[in-house]
Amino acid sequence: MSAHVPSPSASAAAVDAAQPTPPGSTTYRKHSPLSRPNPLWGVAAWAVGLIFAIPVLWMLLTSFHSEVDAATNPPSLLAPLTLDGYRSFFGNANAFPSLINSATASVVSTLLVLALATPAAYALSIRPVKKWSDVLFFLLSTRFLPIVAALLPLYLFAVATGALDQIGLLIALYTTMNLPIAIWMMRSFLAEVPVEMLEAAELDGAGLIRTLRSVVAPVAMPGIAATALICFIFSWQELLLARTLTGVVAGTAPVFLTSFVTSQGLFLAQVCAAAVVVSLPVLAAGFAAQDKLVQGLSLGAVK
Amino acid sequence: MSVDETTARQRTVLQSPAPQQQQRTASRKAGWVRRAPLMPALVFVVIMTQLPFLATIIISFMDWQALRPNERGFAGLGNYAQVFTDAGLRSSVITTIVLTVVVVAVSLVLGLLIALLLDRKFFGRGAVRTLMIAPFLVVPVAAALLWKHAILNPSYGLVNGTLTWVWGLFGARPPQIAWLTEFPLLSIELALIWQWTPFMMLILLAGLQSRPADAFEAAKMDGASPLQAFRYITLPHLRRYIELGATLGAIYIVQNFDAVFTMTSGALGTANLPYTIYQTFFVRQDYGLAAAQGVIVVIGTIVVATFALRSVSSLLKEDS
Repeated sequence: MSAHVPSPSASAAAVDAAQPTPPGSTTYRKHSPLSRPNPLWGVAAWAVGLIFAIPVLWMLLTSFHSEVDAATNPPSLLAPLTLDGYRSFFGNANAFPSLINSATASVVSTLLVLALATPAAYALSIRPVKKWSDVLFFLLSTRFLPIVAALLPLYLFAVATGALDQIGLLIALYTTMNLPIAIWMMRSFLAEVPVEMLEAAELDGAGLIRTLRSVVAPVAMPGIAATALICFIFSWQELLLARTLTGVVAGTAPVFLTSFVTSQGLFLAQVCAAAVVVSLPVLAAGFAAQDKLVQGLSLGAVK
Repeated sequence: MSVDETTARQRTVLQSPAPQQQQRTASRKAGWVRRAPLMPALVFVVIMTQLPFLATIIISFMDWQALRPNERGFAGLGNYAQVFTDAGLRSSVITTIVLTVVVVAVSLVLGLLIALLLDRKFFGRGAVRTLMIAPFLVVPVAAALLWKHAILNPSYGLVNGTLTWVWGLFGARPPQIAWLTEFPLLSIELALIWQWTPFMMLILLAGLQSRPADAFEAAKMDGASPLQAFRYITLPHLRRYIELGATLGAIYIVQNFDAVFTMTSGALGTANLPYTIYQTFFVRQDYGLAAAQGVIVVIGTIVVATFALRSVSSLLKEDS
């Protein structure tokens, strides 16, 4: 952003001299192609943002309507608000346990991922092993393989060992699913620690723990937090594995949502309430990680 | 378990330092010290990802139907022959390609246009950016349910409801479209484009903001029109970001299961490969055939992933 605001430097003055306009940094800014304030662009951007947000806002509004008001055509925007949709969602005996299962699977697998990925990322960036980039690309290639192709052996294994419908199985699989991506993200965040700082710490005789705590952690901490949030999001959203490998006991929130796939009379407000409740943790995590979201999702390739 | 293995191996290296090999042992020890933090993660990934795929390959050569457990045996290439002759599977390959190409292409173009808008300064830019990210953060199953029931439902969905309202203003009879039955694939594409455009926008916006300002200024001074500046400066700079967005998006959308399962349950020609494999394995319970389908998908994915790895690696090299 700051790169687009031209500073009134010597080259800027030269540009001004070339233009038939009175010089001065403020007039120069007006003529800069990137920062010309045209209110129409702002209006257009707001319009696009709102169009993309309409489905989400509609979901939120409908979740607070009564079932009768939710199913009118044309829609009743100004219908009275009620919590009935949320009441019937939480009135379902499977709703709350499925949220607990999702929370368990996502949080525990994220902690495992952090425990495994942090040292691995350290060995791939700060003190790199030989052929570190081969290792990185091998890890990434495992994430690109379609999960659906591993589904059958996983299912047969789960049946044979009695792990079917156990939350522990999902935790192990979500850890596997997120580990390669987490290592990539963390490697990119750890690589931002300046080499000079590490060398200075070494010269000062700081041990490994002290270096990690006072040099690496302060720089890399926001990135590590963002990595954790993104892993949490991926685990929370996962459907295919959960749908195939869990049932009544360990079913997660997305599996519970699939009970709304077929229409059941007047149920739109309840569907929207369920969708809101299940999406809230992901929306919260995503907005919390917003600043590092791009770098994380692009595996550190984009800053 | 893997941690114990690693430390045990380290210890054996430490305990047998033959005097003449002292130097070599020392450097080997240093190598293992460097490798140690990596090993738990690497061993875990190898076991958890390579073994299932190995099992898939083995099962793909077997005649194994869960409903007829006594007839299990070796099938040779029988399952693969079935994969390539099955018309339903061929159509699901085409559906997968169409779905992926349409969603990636449209969300890239929309994402680029929106990124260009958000690259400008205007009041509330941060708020608009936050609004734009929201679709990407709705849980995919919830998003698919939202589109199926609240937006595209023929009798009370938002789209037909809005048509009723607008036509009602003129006292006309509104068109009411049964989106999911008349345009099933388009409906799924709409929902996915809505979710993936923000992803593309975020990557391309980051690309725009890393654009060197001086080249742009120079082009302006030379009298380039905004369109020319975009064509010859911005677009070449964005090329790698576009590649990255396209390949990462393609990898996720090829694997899409949630939207197809939720919105149409694979009916009306919308069954893509992941859904078809799920169906073969979970409903038809033909394990051998499902495994062969899985192997084919893996091979297809490797082709796409090779491009993905290349674009990630080119950005990585540029970085260092």
